[in-house]
Amino acid sequence: MSEREIRLQDDIDRDVLIGAGDIATDEMYINMGPQHPSTHGVLRVLLRTDGEIVTEAHPHIGYLHRCAEKIGECLDYVKFQPYTDRMDYLAAMNNNLGYAMVVESLAGLEIPERATLLRIIIVELNRIASHLIAFGTYGLDSGAMTPFFHAWREREEMLTLFEKICGARLTYNYVCIGGVVNDAPEGWKDKVLDFLDRFEKRWTEYNNLLSYNRIFIRRSANIGVITPEECYDYGLTGPMLRGSGISWDLRRDRPYLGYDRFDFDVPVGQGEMGTLGDCWDRYWVRMVEMKESAKIVRQAFDLLETAEGSHKAKVPKVFKPKVGEAYVGIENPRGELGFYVLSDGSKNAYRLRVRGPSFCNLSILEKLLPGTMIADAVMVIGSTDIVLGEVDR
Amino acid sequence: MFEQSTVIRAIHSTFEWLLGLVGVDIEIIPESIRVVLYGLVAAGGLMSGIALSVMLYVWMERRIAGRIQARCGPNRVGPFGLLQTLADTFKLLRKEDIIPTGANKFLFAFAPMIVLAGVVAAFAAVPFSYDTETGEGIMVADIDLGIFLITSIIATEVIGVIMAGWASNNKWSLYGAMREAAQVVSYEIPLGLSVLVPVMIVGSLSLADATADQLGGNWLLWRSPFMPVVFFIFYVAGLAGCKRAPFDLPEAESELVAGFHTEYSGLRFSFFFMEEYASMTLISAIGAIFFFGGGDLFGLQGDSAILMFLILIVKILISISVMIWIRWTLPRLRVDQVMTLGYKVLTPLAFFMLLGATIWDLTDANERILGFLRRP
Repeated sequence: MSEREIRLQDDIDRDVLIGAGDIATDEMYINMGPQHPSTHGVLRVLLRTDGEIVTEAHPHIGYLHRCAEKIGECLDYVKFQPYTDRMDYLAAMNNNLGYAMVVESLAGLEIPERATLLRIIIVELNRIASHLIAFGTYGLDSGAMTPFFHAWREREEMLTLFEKICGARLTYNYVCIGGVVNDAPEGWKDKVLDFLDRFEKRWTEYNNLLSYNRIFIRRSANIGVITPEECYDYGLTGPMLRGSGISWDLRRDRPYLGYDRFDFDVPVGQGEMGTLGDCWDRYWVRMVEMKESAKIVRQAFDLLETAEGSHKAKVPKVFKPKVGEAYVGIENPRGELGFYVLSDGSKNAYRLRVRGPSFCNLSILEKLLPGTMIADAVMVIGSTDIVLGEVDR
Repeated sequence: MFEQSTVIRAIHSTFEWLLGLVGVDIEIIPESIRVVLYGLVAAGGLMSGIALSVMLYVWMERRIAGRIQARCGPNRVGPFGLLQTLADTFKLLRKEDIIPTGANKFLFAFAPMIVLAGVVAAFAAVPFSYDTETGEGIMVADIDLGIFLITSIIATEVIGVIMAGWASNNKWSLYGAMREAAQVVSYEIPLGLSVLVPVMIVGSLSLADATADQLGGNWLLWRSPFMPVVFFIFYVAGLAGCKRAPFDLPEAESELVAGFHTEYSGLRFSFFFMEEYASMTLISAIGAIFFFGGGDLFGLQGDSAILMFLILIVKILISISVMIWIRWTLPRLRVDQVMTLGYKVLTPLAFFMLLGATIWDLTDANERILGFLRRP
């Protein structure tokens, strides 16, 4: 093809992609991603801009698609476990837990108390670690680089703690079918509690550095406002939903693992700095959730002192659940992570489906971005806190 | 001999001495050629001085940023990592000079030079020290219109940035360029107005006269209650002029990838890099000379020109440290917020300060108040 033909073809492709034939001359198409610093991975957003203002936005996903669900149908139940790590890699423990729980519910396995508490501890710690990234990268999006490093300092400590308990720093594969892989090592508890003490002090530092910074508030308040109705329409969950003032948390409202034993608050957006449901509210929900998670971890450690049983239930070597189906939704740091498994009684799942919170939360970008400025678009994308590993699976 | 600045005279006498060694009289070279020659030598000196100081600033920036961000910063190459920037410079020199397809080659190649040349040329009118005997600033071009020259010549830098953004054939670069164009009109006015106040009090556009006026601790900063505010306006507008955070919109690495220099690599990129630090130095130098007495430290330096030079350098370094501190602490403003700040806050404020300082100066308010206080 000649250069001109290529250009023509590009134009046609673009029109088809955008679904618009009426290209105004003063508007511009701009490709944000997949190699853009602020799309948090390989998200690609096609923007139609009028000067600095975004008039249309089309997220394109799939750059990190690895057929996770299909793999789940081709492998034994136990063998699929490590693949769940690779979905939401920032909260791998939570993904492990979701999958383990759905298989257990399918097989009707009883989990010992000790294993349950260890699960809660590790999952809540991972929630903190994940929200630290959300906090840090949100600072980066707004142009403040320092909070990111401070967040990583703490995450580094957490990863060391995770390494102590399971040997891995990113893809843990720790929560497994029947319980957890191994018990907490000697002295681990004290290290975690030590860390939490330090963390809570530094949490105040984060707020002084970023949350209450006037420029940051100006940048994040009143933009990307999601009304409660829109939350329902788009099926938003997690901090995206709670940021709009809707108090819904699966840990409290559909308790699993006995979360109802613990005393913790579910923070919701108040519209403190601007409108209810703006970016700052979502950001703040994540900040407060970190403290609440720390609270849960402390309580779980108290219960662990007297917990009965081992860290893992007996799981048969050849694992064949009965014919049937199961869905389990848990509260991931990003929202409701659901696993649906259909069993035909063989070694593999007949059908495995993941309801990813990032995937659903991402869908509202098309609604939120038009009308914002490019700088705001970055802030709005940041406030959805997506992990493309889980969006694309 | 024509009217010459101290630096040019020094170059002249060095040449005279050198040629005298081989028995040649300097007068045989036509004066027009000598002027060009001396100018080139002075420009080379300025350029290497700036390049060296940029190396120091980059190292400073990375070390301070490291401290702020709970990490080490470069500490492996040379003592305290001082040679890290040198190593990076060599790396940049060896890199491929990529000119993207579809770029306007001439403008793309030319833009970094315009950007850097504008800032370096402005240094010609900056007095790095002051000769108390002759009452002259030690500077390359001792002209009466000093600050006027500086503010007008650094404005050419913007043209280079817009050229770079446009010629890159990249939409993100174009955004960077457009933001720079929008930003420049919002900060240039308050910057110019805030500079006008010290000029008015000193009664001269020459920076050397400003230094002379403040010797012995009589700094402009406390000449009137308006001056600290004027300095604040100057500093904020100056930060915007250097494209430093929180006004680094033309670059805005989280929004525009790298803004106007997205497509630049190797040496051409380093020109933009040097320009940023050079303009930081320039703004710091002007700030130090116009508000903090230049090379004066309450008269403690006596008549020593070298001490005055060192004191000025220390003041510049302090100012640059503050800029670094601000950069690694604050988030970035949005483009409309920068313009709001420039048009609606800084400009009216600068006008009021100009008015206030004028009235204060015309009525000799300082003398009156001091006289009133001293009254028994």
